[in-house]
Amino acid sequence: MEDFLNIFIKSAFVENLVLSYFLGMCSYLAVSKSVKTAMGLGLAVIFVLGITVPINWLINHYILSEGGLLGMDLTFLRFILFIAVIASMVQLVEMVIEKVSPALYNSLGIFLPLITVNCAILGASLFMISREYNFSESVAFGLGGGFGWFLAIIAIAAIREKLKYSNIPAPLRGLGIAFIITGLMGMAFMGLMGIDPAIFFSGK
Amino acid sequence: MAEVKESKKALFPMTKKERKLLFDPLNDNNPVTVQVLGICSALAVTSMLLPSIVMAIAVTFVIAFSNLTISLLRNYIPKQVRMIVQLVVIAFLVTIVELTLKAYSYPVYKQLSVFIGLIITNCIVMGRLEAFAMANKPWQSFLDGIGNGLGYGIILIIISFIRELFGRGTLLSGTPLEMKIIGASSDFWIDTTTNPYFGWYVNNNLMVLPAAALFIMGLIIWYQRSKNSKLVDIS
Repeated sequence: MEDFLNIFIKSAFVENLVLSYFLGMCSYLAVSKSVKTAMGLGLAVIFVLGITVPINWLINHYILSEGGLLGMDLTFLRFILFIAVIASMVQLVEMVIEKVSPALYNSLGIFLPLITVNCAILGASLFMISREYNFSESVAFGLGGGFGWFLAIIAIAAIREKLKYSNIPAPLRGLGIAFIITGLMGMAFMGLMGIDPAIFFSGK
Repeated sequence: MAEVKESKKALFPMTKKERKLLFDPLNDNNPVTVQVLGICSALAVTSMLLPSIVMAIAVTFVIAFSNLTISLLRNYIPKQVRMIVQLVVIAFLVTIVELTLKAYSYPVYKQLSVFIGLIITNCIVMGRLEAFAMANKPWQSFLDGIGNGLGYGIILIIISFIRELFGRGTLLSGTPLEMKIIGASSDFWIDTTTNPYFGWYVNNNLMVLPAAALFIMGLIIWYQRSKNSKLVDIS
């Protein structure tokens, strides 16, 4: 449990996917013009990340690795399988949401298919491999990473809504200022670097 | 002079439209600063020149050949499954790049880590396939891919040049051409401990941090749009 919380908080705040690795930047910039739509996309990302990272862990561990069911080192198939899992999971999530809650489906709209090409999703799976997490850690990493992405997109959407009323030089308006704000947010998040959440959960 | 021009024409017989395909993405229609595609990886690898040059070459290769492949197949791909087909083609090319780098240049491979894999989800690749290769002939799609790859590469190289020079005082470190320009030891060309004019100079640690890439990117966009008023965002 300690490990779980530790990795969750670390991946949400200290090593935020957007602000310190620039993952999922494209949709982060494109969909952050209003808080409402940003919220929808953020929730969908938490959901998809929380599902795909553990599934990709299972695939990597039981099928692709040398000690897996097939007994062969198939790691060169990793990219193709991971992206196929992500694409099909997004499709599945879309179908389930449409069936269970049409209202949520309508509010998410086009953002669901967009998630397939969101680098944060594939990036989290690849980080999970390169950091050699075990299963429960990868669940925590998926959820925490999604939560961090959610926080970042909500924050920038709120700032951009306020910025509409400020006097910015014309060539910098829109995209340019969004980049600079993201940089400032990244520096703010950097203040959390070096904090080891494990200390708080060590039981004392 | 006229002769040189003549022979150049013979070497690269290009129509005006083809030249436009190749050079438009360098400035007016830059994939990174104008179309806002592929920023994720553009920013993450730019703390030094060498990895960003490798990344630029890898992305150009992937865009050009995926454009070519999809354009050749464009009449045989059913509309409903085109995303999956495109992803498989891209993932195949990226796997080639990954294995090549792993075999021939292991330190760079380690440095780029997951970002090689992330070329798959680089929106430039998907974007060009959807917007161009699905509707155009193979040779033009190939040129369009090269052009967009170069447009992406040029931004990467500008950002990483600034970040490496001001952040570490070196250029091209990790290659045989390494240049140590400015720093606090006798290895550097300008040694700030002994040089009478540069005693005040300290490498800027901000440039090594990821945030610097975003600032430089914002400034590049500012500069480009102030020179080119038709790109200004009115909303």
